[in-house]
Amino acid sequence: MTAYTATVTVRLKRGVLDPEAETTQRALERLGFELGDLRSADVFEVDLEADDADGARERADEMAERLLANPTIHDYDVAVEEA
Amino acid sequence: MTVAVVQFGGSNCDRDTVQALRHLGFDAHLVWHEDGLPDRTAGVVLPGGFSYGDYLRAGAMAAQSPIMDEVRTAAAAGTPVLGICNGAQIGCESSLTPGAFTTNESARFQCERVHVRVENADTPWTRAYDEGEVLELPIAHGEGRYEIADDRLDALEDADRVLFRYCDAEGTVTDDANPNGSKHNVAGVTGEDPHVAVLMPHPERVTLPDVGITDGQGVLQGFRA
Repeated sequence: MTAYTATVTVRLKRGVLDPEAETTQRALERLGFELGDLRSADVFEVDLEADDADGARERADEMAERLLANPTIHDYDVAVEEA
Repeated sequence: MTVAVVQFGGSNCDRDTVQALRHLGFDAHLVWHEDGLPDRTAGVVLPGGFSYGDYLRAGAMAAQSPIMDEVRTAAAAGTPVLGICNGAQIGCESSLTPGAFTTNESARFQCERVHVRVENADTPWTRAYDEGEVLELPIAHGEGRYEIADDRLDALEDADRVLFRYCDAEGTVTDDANPNGSKHNVAGVTGEDPHVAVLMPHPERVTLPDVGITDGQGVLQGFRA
């Protein structure tokens, strides 16, 4: 078994309204920053042990499917590296 | 027969719901989620509140409680299940009902009276009303914006599974009358079968005559066998 860190990034699907990001964007603009668009995402770092990177990725995928993301509104991606 | 009002850590409309149901003559009881559903359960309410501090997403944690397996089994066997506010979020997170309730368009918590129009009066939860009837119900939520893919919403509407839409006092569905940015002003939907339903407004808060209008009584009457 090898120790891995799986990084799961959960984002709203394109086209789903993100009021918190819009509010944050307006606050940045009030501070005088110039910016195009701002999107928010949640990042989860999961330490786990697996036989190989594929095994670690598979488990992190299932975590995203079953809890970390809501497939109705979210897309997610998983990156795995040795801890 | 017993209507089980399921308490999760952070539920806070559970006692109000029991009181409202008892006022209507139901044998209603609080059921702590770790205790499981009582044998004589003939109805289930997932009540409002802030279960598990809305961690991750509103309703996401409570949806993982083992009692939700029992609720899904009971629902599949024909037991009426009603999710109110946080209970609606839990219902969608646990796939009892389609779609998701997420952050209000305003990005603010909103506590106010709204109007909703009865879209389908042929469900246990709406048979006390006429189709097109306008009810005044309270909302109190930060994550009540109904989201679902457009094609799935079309399918829901085609199957008459929208219970209520936000509307103005005359019953016209408008953007201005939409408090939270819900797609197509949807305030409540049913599961695949009409005896499973969720809604963001609080019918239990407008059921006791002592506290004012009683427009919500008809929703809770859905537990009448």
